Amino acid sequence: MAALTHLSLAEARDGLRKKAFSAEELVAAHVQAVEAARGLNAIITETPEAALAAAKASDARLAKGEGRALEGIPVTVKDLFCTEGIRTTAASRILDRFVPPYESTVTAKLWDAGAVPMGKTNLDEFAMGSSTTTSHFGPTENPWRREGDNRPLVAGGSSGGSAAAVAAGLCLGATGTDTGGSIRQPAAFCGVVGLKPTYGRCSRWGIVAFASSLDQAGPFARSVRDAAILLGAMAGFDPKDSTSADVPVPDFEAALGQGVRGLKIGIPKEYQADGMAEEVTALWEQGKVWLKDAGAEIVDVSLPHTRYALPAYYIIAPAEASSNLARYDGVRYGLRVAGEDLNDMYKKTRAEGFGREVRRRILIGAYVLSAGYYDAYYLKAQKVRTLIARDFEEAFGKVDVLLTPTTPTPAFPIGEKEDDPVAMYLNDVFTVPASLAGLPGVSVPAGLSADGLPLGLQLIGRAFDEATLLRAAAALEAAAPGIQRGA
Amino acid sequence: MSLDKATVAGIASLARIRVGEEELEDLAGELSKILDFVEQLEEVDTENVEAMASVAAMELRRRADEVTEGDQRDKILANAPEATAGFFTVPKVVE
Repeated sequence: MAALTHLSLAEARDGLRKKAFSAEELVAAHVQAVEAARGLNAIITETPEAALAAAKASDARLAKGEGRALEGIPVTVKDLFCTEGIRTTAASRILDRFVPPYESTVTAKLWDAGAVPMGKTNLDEFAMGSSTTTSHFGPTENPWRREGDNRPLVAGGSSGGSAAAVAAGLCLGATGTDTGGSIRQPAAFCGVVGLKPTYGRCSRWGIVAFASSLDQAGPFARSVRDAAILLGAMAGFDPKDSTSADVPVPDFEAALGQGVRGLKIGIPKEYQADGMAEEVTALWEQGKVWLKDAGAEIVDVSLPHTRYALPAYYIIAPAEASSNLARYDGVRYGLRVAGEDLNDMYKKTRAEGFGREVRRRILIGAYVLSAGYYDAYYLKAQKVRTLIARDFEEAFGKVDVLLTPTTPTPAFPIGEKEDDPVAMYLNDVFTVPASLAGLPGVSVPAGLSADGLPLGLQLIGRAFDEATLLRAAAALEAAAPGIQRGA
Repeated sequence: MSLDKATVAGIASLARIRVGEEELEDLAGELSKILDFVEQLEEVDTENVEAMASVAAMELRRRADEVTEGDQRDKILANAPEATAGFFTVPKVVE
């Protein structure tokens, strides 16, 4: 039998049910893995005691034959989900001692399904970044290195800690959040599956807000099947989130077996971006062949406003962030820095509590929302967003799923692109359009770059049609060579 | 759009973030660069296009106006940097 930390979530679930090993053994192996991998800085707060206690409870249930969907399965949670009694930092100094008195809906659902909490994973501060280097707790390292080059690489972001934890075998699955690519891009960089569901599919209640019209929770896993299982547990209507969709949650795992025969896969020509690595183009071509060989029909489509997605995003997301982050004022929770008067206290608290990128985005957001500029920036961006959503609607009149690269390049060394915010933003050029349209997207590990780093292909689906998206993802996964990290 | 130091200082004041005089120059440069990037949107014809109000085609639900999670004062105050006698406390604002 493979080491317990190398099992897929589905294999571990089945092994627990057959009593091939106990939840306590499974969790203990992962607690050890977490300790051994502290150098990656993937986890901000480890919860080994809670994990072992939960494992014991799971074993008791399994013994009675009452195991739930994720009974005894070790998972990590992005430190943006509020967890009752467990520090939740958003990787920010301003929340570094915040202990939520309540549990987010998504994590409550995971625990109700029997999942075991291993810890809270690192992220870019307030999920603002593409590299997990803006964290107050330091950068997360990608478990992968280039061949013949020992420099530590970024894990991607903002959910870099979750992606690295799954890739390094510290857990069997993880939660992330995706606002403009924060699940899909780190999944591609770390060689794992990352799925951003349709906006409204998973409740946002109890997730520290970044850009409320875009934020969406989703799973990381080492296989498409595992991602489908996790999504099934995380998804569902929640009256506490006014934008939660009251739609049925299908059996995503069951859908996987249906294959892609007869599906139409769209190839949007605008995703051939300037500066894209040649190997990324080659992999995209290979992806088309794989899906065609599996019985799908490949159709060329056009999404003419693609190039305007990123600039629209960098108006809308900071605008919403500046509004959401107004709550950090040193009064009700979080850091307080004393000042001469109330206003001075606010200003010092926010100057010292927020890091550089967060301050930059709040300022851009405040500017584009300020009197005289609102129409020129924010309103204009929301109009462009309508056009981007329309492009997708038209494409989905002709095809069932879209295939694109996830990122223009593989992971880069920690420290690169730090001086140039716009260069960093370009990481998300292929993931942002689906975010603006609220559509589900998944990154599937599909190959290796010339220097041995994972590359991902992205599939984008119709709203609330994650089942078809996952079918196509499973077909890609089956055709792609399994990628293995060097020892 | 190129922002000058005074404009940046004004935005920072609106956003209630203290920015030192020595930081203004760099920040003005960084923010101007981001604005230059987003201004590509001017090329897009948005005549007669509605601004998106909600990405999901849904109506906002209403609920009964009922207290569902009351009586949690102490839990709510537990994370306050300063609290006295069941209240959040702030520096004096009324002379």
